[in-house]
Amino acid sequence: MQTILTVTNLTKKFGYITAVKDLSFTIEKGNVYGILGPNGSGKSTTLGIILNVVNRTAGDFSWFDGNTTTHEALKKVGAIIERPNFYPYMTAIQNLKLVCKIKEVPETRIQEKLELVGLWERRNSKFKTYSLGMKQRLAIASALLNDPEILILDEPTNGLDPQGIHQIREIIKKIAGEGTTILLASHLLDEVEKVCSHVVILRKGEKLYSGPVGGMMASHGFFELRTVDMEKLQALLEKNASFGKITRENGTLTAFLKEEMDAEELNKMLFDQGMVLSHLVKRKESLEEQFLTLTKNN
Amino acid sequence: MVRLLQIEFIKLWNNRASKVLITSYFVLLTSIALIAAIKFDIGPVQFHLADQGIFNFPYIWHFNTWVAAIFKLFLAIVIVSMMANEYSNKTIKQNLIDGLSKKEFILSKFLTVISFAFISTVFVFITSLILGLIYSDYNEISIIFSDLEFLPAFFVKLVGFFSFCLFLGMLIKRSAFALGFLILWTILEQAVFGILGWKFMSWPAAKRVKDFFPLESMMNLIKEPGSRLSAVQNIGDQIGENFRFDYHTYWYEFLIVIFWTALFIYLSYALLKKRDL
Repeated sequence: MQTILTVTNLTKKFGYITAVKDLSFTIEKGNVYGILGPNGSGKSTTLGIILNVVNRTAGDFSWFDGNTTTHEALKKVGAIIERPNFYPYMTAIQNLKLVCKIKEVPETRIQEKLELVGLWERRNSKFKTYSLGMKQRLAIASALLNDPEILILDEPTNGLDPQGIHQIREIIKKIAGEGTTILLASHLLDEVEKVCSHVVILRKGEKLYSGPVGGMMASHGFFELRTVDMEKLQALLEKNASFGKITRENGTLTAFLKEEMDAEELNKMLFDQGMVLSHLVKRKESLEEQFLTLTKNN
Repeated sequence: MVRLLQIEFIKLWNNRASKVLITSYFVLLTSIALIAAIKFDIGPVQFHLADQGIFNFPYIWHFNTWVAAIFKLFLAIVIVSMMANEYSNKTIKQNLIDGLSKKEFILSKFLTVISFAFISTVFVFITSLILGLIYSDYNEISIIFSDLEFLPAFFVKLVGFFSFCLFLGMLIKRSAFALGFLILWTILEQAVFGILGWKFMSWPAAKRVKDFFPLESMMNLIKEPGSRLSAVQNIGDQIGENFRFDYHTYWYEFLIVIFWTALFIYLSYALLKKRDL
């Protein structure tokens, strides 16, 4: 598979603070990647480094085959970070024409991209008259002007109202559907869950996990159980090799599986041991729970 | 190169404030010609400025470039804000992300500065030539095209000054503060000169040191032309003062300004390279 970006041992320090610590990952063509992490985990700094606006302290990164300079490579990349930055006194069209000049692409695609994000009607309005949602959509149009190999989005729905969030997500899905590689940084799980195939999870600048979203579900799920004699139930499960961590909370026992087991099997086994359950639910952790587990300080 | 200039042109020309300032600047440059219209007619005293010899070749080159250089403040505002606005709008970040290299970014600004200086020089050349042809007492080709050194001096002076503005915009990131700093710097140069002459060395030595300061060195490229006028010199002779000083521009004066220009542009680049945006 074609590699688009390789990051090796990237480190960035701001004075005493290490914003990114020894981070490595690669991005392959055709996948949709998410960089996930709480606020201040180094997502934007990482993107800033690969986009040539933040200087790295150590480590390396290379675009495509590694033979192009970063600014040449960036002409084949579409990126928006944090806030949409345009010249406030210029109209959408004027701003996009400027971007075309910088990226050295013809101006013929402006109409197509503005229509894609639904701003063609407002093309002659000045940027400063736009609402935040429109600004964000203009940024997406601008990032798409060069039909990029990869689209990088940093918190694209931050600060938008539900309708705006929905619009942006629809656009992202549409673009992803066309086979464009996407790198999406976000602290919103459902956002990543909805669009990404791969994920890199960061906490305090350190990588906790990188791989397919499905691979994050390393656990086999867990059971929520209730019965009359909770002590006996707990003792019984603790002896069983299939279970790992077992916790009790509000009269419900939660038992995490170490290997695959379905609810029927457990029910039968407990019944054979003379235990009758009043409550039995098997659940997989949601991405959110896993994320919180992963990013917890431990 | 054309691409970089186009980029800057789009940014400047779509900004109403810049457009107004640039237009007024060039209108003012042309308005030097209006000096010719200054006429006093008070009974027996008839005074027509154009007849006082200020439009004589080759003196007109000196006079007009000196006057035109005063208007450079208009463009200074445009240049400081074109740099500082990139920071306040954060568009500098977006430009780099879109694939402009840091070198190209500085180069596009510097090329704009050079274009401004060049167009101004051409403007002053044409206005002066026309004014001279109308009012000059001497019209031989050899006289018309003598003392042309004031035109390259004007060009280098503008490039130097604008590069300084560019650097201040880069350093301070806020147009108002950068312009304030420019004024502060002007005072500072004089203050340092004063302290040097007062406490540390003789006044002539302090003057020689002062000639190396950026703004002072730019000033030295075109020296004050008033005292060259025969009318002024006549008065000087009567009151026993000698106003006949050396008004020529020397190669080392060019060199000092070119050195500052290179330094300001390099420092702007170094700053941009070092900064995390």
